Amino acid sequence: MTKSDLIARLAARYPQLVAKDADFAVKTILDAMGESLARGQRIEIRGFGSFGLNYRPPRVGRNPKSGEKVHVPEKHVPHFKAGKELRDRVDAKLNEEENAKAASTTRGPVVAAAGG
Amino acid sequence: MEQPTHDAANTLTKAELADLLFEKVGLNKREAKDMVETFFEEIRTSLENGQSVKLSGFGNFQLRDKPQRPGRNPKTGEEIPITARRVVTFHASQKLKSMVEAHYGGGTADA
Repeated sequence: MTKSDLIARLAARYPQLVAKDADFAVKTILDAMGESLARGQRIEIRGFGSFGLNYRPPRVGRNPKSGEKVHVPEKHVPHFKAGKELRDRVDAKLNEEENAKAASTTRGPVVAAAGG
Repeated sequence: MEQPTHDAANTLTKAELADLLFEKVGLNKREAKDMVETFFEEIRTSLENGQSVKLSGFGNFQLRDKPQRPGRNPKTGEEIPITARRVVTFHASQKLKSMVEAHYGGGTADA
């Protein structure tokens, strides 16, 4: 799914809005998230995950071609940790696929346990 | 519902995003809240269905299937297999990385 697919899906779910509102909403959310991270501000979305920055200390690296030592300055890199709901849903699908495979070889159709 | 207001000043949450949609896009408060929820729900649904999500200028959410591997209960030392699982990984776009570097790089950033 790309950004334009996401915009199209949101636009379809909110027929009362004009299409450009969905477009602007997605851009506004992503800009705000990017700017927050750039400022060093964490992002926490319950059920989805959290974004933060990881610190990489300065180190002496090597140019792999020449073998020459180069100073690599410290830096901060964006990091995402999936939240519980996202982790569980993504993983449940994998288990469902595997169970379906296993079930189809042993017995008839199996009703997947529905989450409450 | 009681919720601890932890680090509210230094954390972006769904509430702040909804406020932005209210202020900038002109959605009403309810629409703004729904839209933020739906935004993340659509991404979750796509990932749940095994489809990666590519948000240009921000980053990509991808899926990795990890095979079962041997593990250990760190307390008891007992060997228990870590089951096969599918996990989500995020790769920040070059633009997002540069935005972070521009802020933190200071004088040490390479030209």
